[in-house]
Amino acid sequence: MQNTDNQMFETDDILAVLDHAAHWLDAGQRVALATVVQTWGSSPRPVGSQMAIAEDGAFEGSVSGGCVEGAVIETGREVMLDGKPRLLTFGVTDDDAWAVGLACGGTIQIFVEPVLDDEALSQ
Amino acid sequence: MNRATLDAIRAARRSRQEIALVTDLATGDQHFTDATFDRSQIEMADAVTSFVHVFRPTLRLIVVGAVHIAQKLVPLARLADFAVSVVDPRESFASSGRFPDVGLAHAWPDRAVTDLAPDSATAVVTLSHDPKLDDPALISALRSPAFYIGALGSRKTHARRLDRLREAGFADADLTRIHAPVGLSIAAVSPGEIAVSIMAEIIATRHGRVLKTVDS
Repeated sequence: MQNTDNQMFETDDILAVLDHAAHWLDAGQRVALATVVQTWGSSPRPVGSQMAIAEDGAFEGSVSGGCVEGAVIETGREVMLDGKPRLLTFGVTDDDAWAVGLACGGTIQIFVEPVLDDEALSQ
Repeated sequence: MNRATLDAIRAARRSRQEIALVTDLATGDQHFTDATFDRSQIEMADAVTSFVHVFRPTLRLIVVGAVHIAQKLVPLARLADFAVSVVDPRESFASSGRFPDVGLAHAWPDRAVTDLAPDSATAVVTLSHDPKLDDPALISALRSPAFYIGALGSRKTHARRLDRLREAGFADADLTRIHAPVGLSIAAVSPGEIAVSIMAEIIATRHGRVLKTVDS
């Protein structure tokens, strides 16, 4: 049932995000991974939702309905450059530097981390 | 996250294994855990805040009967992130022309469904309208932990089907697992509409919502 197996992967959004991350690493790009780790109130994407971000600005997956992706991609690019993970919080009451709100009125916390190729680690 | 961790998660998903990754949210340090968690969540211990990310296998849908409704149901199921297999021993029905890019199984439905090994993240729906094909598939499905089993057909058809399945040795408690007539009551008529009502019922069942099924 090889055909069935292939089909299974194509529809797996979570695997698609991780495969993109691997593919970008293989292509020599820096990569960051954003993960929804906590939500309060209504939120467009559940805990565990992920988005992979490539150095060239390409991304796969989502961590919100589209309202905070732009800011998360920006942070992803910082993270992949300095190698330090960040924990971001977005919400309507958010008055810090992240002037990005969620239209739904909920609050979400997103962890953004670098994805390091093992070769890069040993350098 | 390092490459080895990334590849371990990808491998687990490819083999439909559950895997749980613990991330220290301050340092980014990660390790896999064998502990069981109901869902992904924040954990606090010894002044360390961690995120436990539980990666569960993808949902699957096994469609028995490569009929017109199946052609409408397959793309809908894929939209809802289900991996789909279509079972029909009639190769002219279950053809790659009618079902492009879909896993097709041409074995007899009892064997085909058993081979596909439905687990608790799998839904099985029979659409052939032919007891020769639907009954064996339902028997295999009833012997599996599939979270949803649906069967197309009117109440009358279903009553006769239940009689046959009782004769095959199933208790009424087992048979209540079968959603029939299949789908939510949205007055669906066309194949596409029926596909929507079936998919809605599968999603509702997945999330533990009990809703009225189709009146016939």
